[in-house]
Amino acid sequence: MRALKQHQGIVAPMDRSNVDTDMIIPKQFLKSIKRTGFGPNLFDELRYLDEGQPDQDCSKRPLNPDFVLNQERYKNASVLLARSNFGCGSSREHAPWALEDYGFRVIIAPSFADIFYNNCFKNGLLPIVLEEEIVEQLFQETYSTEGYQLSVDLEAKTVTTPSGEAFSFEVDDFRRHCLLNGLDDIGVTLEDADLIREYENRRRVTAPWLFDAFN
Amino acid sequence: MAGKTLYDKLWDDHLVKQRDDGSALIYIDRHLLHEVTSPQAFEGLRLAGRKPWRVDANIATPDHNVPTTNREKGIDGIVDPVSRVQVETLGKNCDEFGILEFKIKDQRQGIVHIIGPEQGATLPGMSIVCGDSHTSTHGAFGCLAHGIGTSEVEHVLATQCLVQQKMKNMLVKVNGKLGPGVTGKDVVLAIIGKIGTAGGTGYAIEFGGEVIRNLSMEGRMTICNMAIEAGARVGMVAVDDTTIEYVKGRPFAPKGEQWDMAVAHWRTLHSDDDAVFDKVVELDGSAIQPQVSWGTSPEMVTGVDGVVPDPAQEEDLIKREGIVRALKYMGLKPNQKITDIKLDRVFIGSCTNSRIEDLREAANVVKGRKVAPTLKQAMVVPGSGLVKAQAEKEGLDKIFIEAGLEWRDPGCSMCLAMNADKLGQGEHCASTSNRNFEGRQGFGGRTHLVSPAMAAAAAINGHFVDVREMMN
Repeated sequence: MRALKQHQGIVAPMDRSNVDTDMIIPKQFLKSIKRTGFGPNLFDELRYLDEGQPDQDCSKRPLNPDFVLNQERYKNASVLLARSNFGCGSSREHAPWALEDYGFRVIIAPSFADIFYNNCFKNGLLPIVLEEEIVEQLFQETYSTEGYQLSVDLEAKTVTTPSGEAFSFEVDDFRRHCLLNGLDDIGVTLEDADLIREYENRRRVTAPWLFDAFN
Repeated sequence: MAGKTLYDKLWDDHLVKQRDDGSALIYIDRHLLHEVTSPQAFEGLRLAGRKPWRVDANIATPDHNVPTTNREKGIDGIVDPVSRVQVETLGKNCDEFGILEFKIKDQRQGIVHIIGPEQGATLPGMSIVCGDSHTSTHGAFGCLAHGIGTSEVEHVLATQCLVQQKMKNMLVKVNGKLGPGVTGKDVVLAIIGKIGTAGGTGYAIEFGGEVIRNLSMEGRMTICNMAIEAGARVGMVAVDDTTIEYVKGRPFAPKGEQWDMAVAHWRTLHSDDDAVFDKVVELDGSAIQPQVSWGTSPEMVTGVDGVVPDPAQEEDLIKREGIVRALKYMGLKPNQKITDIKLDRVFIGSCTNSRIEDLREAANVVKGRKVAPTLKQAMVVPGSGLVKAQAEKEGLDKIFIEAGLEWRDPGCSMCLAMNADKLGQGEHCASTSNRNFEGRQGFGGRTHLVSPAMAAAAAINGHFVDVREMMN
């Protein structure tokens, strides 16, 4: 996984609440058995005027000119500014895969759905929760300033605006540690392999029906 | 010291290690796999040279992509080559690692959240995960069950554990008695309508109260299934006689001495009388009407006797804009009566509502009646091969077919339209599934979430009606 310590980038405003994972990456693209290549289909139904199909050359498809990511000023955005309950719905990790593949590294919203929030950290994507009023302020600043950028420092847990105004955010220590160092958390868990085995041995005695049921 | 909630007990039972940074290692008893969210996890395992930690904790079946016709052809019956590769890949991965899989031609195949309980692979007190958000279904058995992403599927395969932060406790108490024609689906839609799609975010929800206690396991599963639609990864119901009776005699349920030992433990799986919840929400069950969703989020729901809301009446600007956008997408007008919404298709199925009780409820409504000629299609998709067989034993298939509904083979089908079953642009569908998001059932499709009985009533009339008016 790609580490993320600091990031500065252009902000794109996704101005609607309850953006669900079906919207982020529609179901027909979930048929892929790969982890990569979902970027061109990010927000497919909002971004294009036609119905997208897997393995299609998206460069020839008709774009929806009203959709935010199709506007010139938000090209190359890497920070997505969103409204509450972003990423609700299915557990599909294809949603963060698509956002990451498109080029986003940071998503800022007043709240995220739990599973999506967790999935982001596994893919080098940092979801940041800021208060509703602050997010509203950032929306206004993004709209009023072309090329608006935000700087994010995961070490210091801050988001800083071009005027130097800084907002702190919360993130739990384990997720922060893994993302700062680009760590594979399977490796970290396996350091406790003995503890897992001990737990299993206890459970085999107290709850034997949980083991070998399919034999 | 205050007593423990059911969630506290399940958490403590599965805690392998509490880390200093606030995270914890939680042991996973059962891991369910399907074709969509597992291929990248198996590939990750191979690339890292790892093997599954405990093969016998896993059970798999293809469900999202499988066609609901021509199933005698097996994998060759999957017309879409991309879908076929995904189903084949699940088969290869399970064979390579020795994981039990109910393949496409196995009568035990079905939607993963139907077959777990049906087989007794889901047992009270277990921790259960699956790369699917509707894993909350299994909480109906007093399990700690939730959806995970593909990276966590790989993590569970490799370590039998997950790194978790403990959630907060919420009790949703549904008091009183449900009126006739009102089902578990109506209860959960009413709950989501009340607390909103983010109302349960960060919480594990326990559903309790007289209404829940009086529900069958099927009804409880429907409610826990949609906990995620209220934002909660985990939904749960305490274990009681209904739970234990349901589990008894299932193929993978414990037997003999182990059964007695298990039941003694399962009897403790309820919140203590003095347990403290971070949040309590109460509903009056007797006031719940049959529900119909009108918008593009499950919280956009009302009673069948209601009307489509008028955005002008909404004071919150973001919400108002959400209603305007939803009405535009759904092709509905403010203050339009719900019963005036005309339908193009009806879908009875999905992990929310495709169990035998759901099919009985729907059959009961359509029996001796005919599907409205204005409908393009009305289909019934049983949740598993065994549900299908049971329904045929009871003659339900004949009732559906005589009424003009299609009788299909098991799978996720039109709930998310990854197979050939989907809505056309602008089509309205009465659906017993769980999500009414834009495009969920097909590009431009318009979903209305309802109970099986309400879907059946809508199929007969071509528009929504109060199913209670059709009951004798």
